Amino acid sequence: MRKNLDIDVHHLTRVEGHGNIVVNMKEGVLEKAQLEIVEAPRFFEAILKGRNFHEVAIITSRICGICSLGHQLTSLKATEDALGLDITRQTELLRRILVDGATFQSNTLHSLFLAAPDYLDVGSVFPLINTHKDVVLAALRLKRIANEIGELISGRAVHPIACVPGGFTQIPSAKNLLALKNKLVNEAIPDAEFIVDVIASLVEKIPVFSRETEYISVKSEKEYGLYDGDIYSSDSGSYKVNQYLEITNEFVVPHSSGKHAKFNRSSYMVGALARFNNSHNQLNPLAKAAAEKLGLKAPNYNPYMNTIAQVVEIAHCIASSIELIDTLLDEGLKNEKPNQEPTKYGRGFGLTEVPRGILFHDYTYNKQGKIEKVNCVIPTGQNLANIDDDMKKLVPEIIEETKEQITHKLEMLVRAYDPCISCSVHVLNVEFIE
Amino acid sequence: MSKPKIAFFDFTSCEGCQLNKLNLENDLLDLLELVDIVEFREAMDDKADEYDIAFIEGSISTPTCITRIHDIRRRTKILVALGACAVQGGINAIKNQHSADWVKETVYGEDKYLFPSIPVQPISAVVKVDYEVRGCPMSTPEFLHVLKSLILNRKPEIFDHAVCVECKLKENECVLDKGMFCLGPITRAGCDAICPTFGQYCTGCRGVVSNINKNGAVEMLKQHGFSTKEALNRMKMFCTLELE
Repeated sequence: MRKNLDIDVHHLTRVEGHGNIVVNMKEGVLEKAQLEIVEAPRFFEAILKGRNFHEVAIITSRICGICSLGHQLTSLKATEDALGLDITRQTELLRRILVDGATFQSNTLHSLFLAAPDYLDVGSVFPLINTHKDVVLAALRLKRIANEIGELISGRAVHPIACVPGGFTQIPSAKNLLALKNKLVNEAIPDAEFIVDVIASLVEKIPVFSRETEYISVKSEKEYGLYDGDIYSSDSGSYKVNQYLEITNEFVVPHSSGKHAKFNRSSYMVGALARFNNSHNQLNPLAKAAAEKLGLKAPNYNPYMNTIAQVVEIAHCIASSIELIDTLLDEGLKNEKPNQEPTKYGRGFGLTEVPRGILFHDYTYNKQGKIEKVNCVIPTGQNLANIDDDMKKLVPEIIEETKEQITHKLEMLVRAYDPCISCSVHVLNVEFIE
Repeated sequence: MSKPKIAFFDFTSCEGCQLNKLNLENDLLDLLELVDIVEFREAMDDKADEYDIAFIEGSISTPTCITRIHDIRRRTKILVALGACAVQGGINAIKNQHSADWVKETVYGEDKYLFPSIPVQPISAVVKVDYEVRGCPMSTPEFLHVLKSLILNRKPEIFDHAVCVECKLKENECVLDKGMFCLGPITRAGCDAICPTFGQYCTGCRGVVSNINKNGAVEMLKQHGFSTKEALNRMKMFCTLELE
């Protein structure tokens, strides 16, 4: 049996941000199995201090290009909660479509362009253009439509423009919304069904591994928890957003510039698989059919299946955004201006499921409408301890395989979490020290 | 002629500019007919030793960034800075407005010595930058324009007039006249005034025009009801280093 193992993957590829995988085994004892986060810090808390409420979401969207919409909406929710800004039903519906669009877009990028090459033993999506052109084209079309949702409603898919505190600077026209809906119905649904079949034929390539952990996500009585709801733990039930610090319990570890988190166990998981495990009953029929084809059943304890849960959510978000556009069009679009007259100043909280998991923003504003304190807890940060725990269980199980196979399985494991490493370190510590 | 080898690198940033390239879904396959992407960590495993064109996203903000950018400069024939962080420091550079010690303590508390950080600098402060694509995120039409020009061995056209010009061509109602803040008069064009067109104000993400009248800009914003302090603070959101 292998007694010694040294793995050092410097700057893991096909993930957002900079991370290294380090595994050391000496004389049969696993000394180290961890994901090191080496991203350069950006000091967002200091950057935000003193900024007025109009500017905050513009800056926080720059925490991460991939989840810019999620950061922006969560930021707006926290600001609106702190300043007592009510939003209209139309604003809420438009934001829900944006969340569906952003989840659809990001899950497509990760599952089809970054993770899927592993199932076909290639190092990127580019060789697949020659070998699997129809699949790549369908995936590109899906990604394009997903981005068009963001572009139509918020002006831009990366760093949205029209979402501001209290509403939208501009409302899309009924004509353009209808055209988008028709595209979703006529193009996105068939492409998604085709992609689900393709991925279903590759599911056997996903490593077999199981480790039950605590799953934390947004949960709502009304719907599959994405845009809004309570915090839900598979171990201990529901909590309100203002209790988030009791759940996240962040702590510093020497090998990561992103903080770790734990609640009822030594680690917990957030993201598509956590959402699926906690809310699978509320998926729409298109998504349930996709889950069945892909062989994903709740509860699933294989973190590699997070990528598959993302594919299920692509179907869910397409069907859900079609339904939301129908509702908006039925109720009639109103040319509303954003509500930007604060009724109070103080602390406010926001939570949203972004593609990588539950995201919290917590702001305190002074009486001039300027930011005093900021705390953001990022999904990837919450997953870091869980990734380390997975590696500690996985390495001994596959220790007889070649070093290349072990390395590849570890890379695939980290990639399955779709880590957004920039996010996880851009906002680290909690409070301004005055 | 063989296809030019191009590579993408990220420094301190949100990686949104790289993502914007992957959002060129309709052009991506055509583009791949013209160039060989030899290194792009966010999307592929491969690594290369030298490149014809290196595209750089992000600012310099740690000692490691300096070593890395020198290494890339040695390996590439042409170096292009992508986006506000790389071109002018962008949002990252706001931290330079505060004392380095306060910033580190604010974010890391007693662990402030764990993570080395230096004042934020644009790429051009450390190595020669041949061309730039501005914006936060970088404008994709401009990126395609620069890339096409370089493939054709032409010099890309760079704008140095204000966003206001493009905004007027779009026939938008003046943002300042609507009672909102706006940096259109001093910000470099090239974005097609996308933010005012979507009802938002210009945040100045593309950096300032080269012949900026800073005092005049502050005076104009004062006339629209913004204090000198507020005007300067908001002008510096993306342009701390350009307005020093």
